[in-house]
Amino acid sequence: MTALLEVRDVVHAFGGLRAVDGASLDVKAGSITGLIGPNGAGKSTLFNCISGFLKPQSGSVFLDGRRIDRTAPHQIARSGLVRTFQTPHTLTRMTVLENVALAAPRNGGERLAGALTSTARRRERDVRAGALEFLELVGLDGHADELAGTLSGGQRKLLDLVRALMVAPRILLLDEPMAGVSPTLRVELLEHILALRDRDGLTLLIVEHDLDFVMRASDFVIVMNDGRVIAQGTPDEVRDDARVIDAYLGTQIEVA
Amino acid sequence: MSLLEVDALEAGYDDAQVLRGVSLKADANEIVAVIGPNGAGKSTMLKAIYSLVTRYSGSVRFAGEDVTGLRPDRLTRQGLNYVPQTDNVFPSLTVAENVQVGALALPKGERKDAIDQARELFPILAERPRQRAGTLSGGQRKLVALARALVTRPELLLLDEPSAGLSPQAMAAVFDKLVEINSIGIGIVMVEQNARRALALAHRGYVLDGGRNAIEGSGAALLHDPHVLELYLGGSRTTASGSDSTSTSSVTKPETT
Repeated sequence: MTALLEVRDVVHAFGGLRAVDGASLDVKAGSITGLIGPNGAGKSTLFNCISGFLKPQSGSVFLDGRRIDRTAPHQIARSGLVRTFQTPHTLTRMTVLENVALAAPRNGGERLAGALTSTARRRERDVRAGALEFLELVGLDGHADELAGTLSGGQRKLLDLVRALMVAPRILLLDEPMAGVSPTLRVELLEHILALRDRDGLTLLIVEHDLDFVMRASDFVIVMNDGRVIAQGTPDEVRDDARVIDAYLGTQIEVA
Repeated sequence: MSLLEVDALEAGYDDAQVLRGVSLKADANEIVAVIGPNGAGKSTMLKAIYSLVTRYSGSVRFAGEDVTGLRPDRLTRQGLNYVPQTDNVFPSLTVAENVQVGALALPKGERKDAIDQARELFPILAERPRQRAGTLSGGQRKLVALARALVTRPELLLLDEPSAGLSPQAMAAVFDKLVEINSIGIGIVMVEQNARRALALAHRGYVLDGGRNAIEGSGAALLHDPHVLELYLGGSRTTASGSDSTSTSSVTKPETT
């Protein structure tokens, strides 16, 4: 398997704080890769560097061999790399369905004349059907016509996931998809995420603190601490790695 | 009579009703966990108690007084405080300033003592007083938010998902801190999606579903209720909230008084 995403020696500092301090990692095509590490390890900052929301101060990021670390976020999304956020960006005054439909590829550029043709109408129906199907996946289909602002925090996270799927990405970066999601739905989401890999061939890079989820879902696990990758391997290898236990799993409780 | 008594609360966001009659009680010596599906109304219940959303009917009594609809700042001064899930620190203020803001709820003469007390419970306040809260990690922010709530000298804290977004180590630290806070006589009502962990350390728990009370009982009873397990905890062995094999928590269940 080849690496669909390659991150090489990426550095990003906020003032004196080197949030990402020379991180390198590979995400293989068709795999689920879990990214774990303590709070403040630099995981979300690295996500921002990969998805174009931050420009790395040094180092490089390659998507399918093409360098993307100087590319704008929307262009990166168009080339197939889509991400979700820890705190979802919900369009609260649009309906749930509209939130999803907006994410459909080529939805923004249509002209009025086009909107009046039957092709456009058919496309709109397709988008609607596709959106509803994804919403059903996360149990939000019953809320399709409600304003997204009425959704709870956990439901907004699920909506964010659906919007990302709607873009039909090749690689999806999920930032804590399970935080704020009920235990019952976590079980269902795990199944759906595995199916995205196995049925649709989607590649996923997932930051998550629910270790049971990470260990079950991931083909590979990468561990960050202090802005660097300190360990990687299969879930079993990582679980038994002394450095990981020390930095993340914890042998004893340390209060910050 | 309990410290907090919520009776048949109906509330929502303008005309979007979320709570359809929720009742709950909590005492100062208790940790109460509230669990349930996404959209069940758990966060809305906390916001309705703290007068942050539109209330249609029902009542809230605190320390024997009717405090229904009382302004949040008044509730804080009466000893009932709330920590939201996100946006719970002032990011551009320093750690020390965040806590000072909390102390403004107290009479001038009591502020210094309250801050000193909080500093004992939360070493981060002494370690990083001049760091801007916006640059703290998720776990550190939660601790600062808790410290700021505590400095108002509450009798009861309403906490919205105190463990969300925390690494296993940080989660254990926060849960340990909650047990410690409770042990000095401060009641805690927390909404949690890491439901197993929350029920394991709570004295009592409530399951909300569809804006209504579904099930209630002791934390242990809910944890072992097959119905709760199947419907709300994701089955017997699941991805739920961290398995025992990966558990790192040293959280111990507090003595029930």
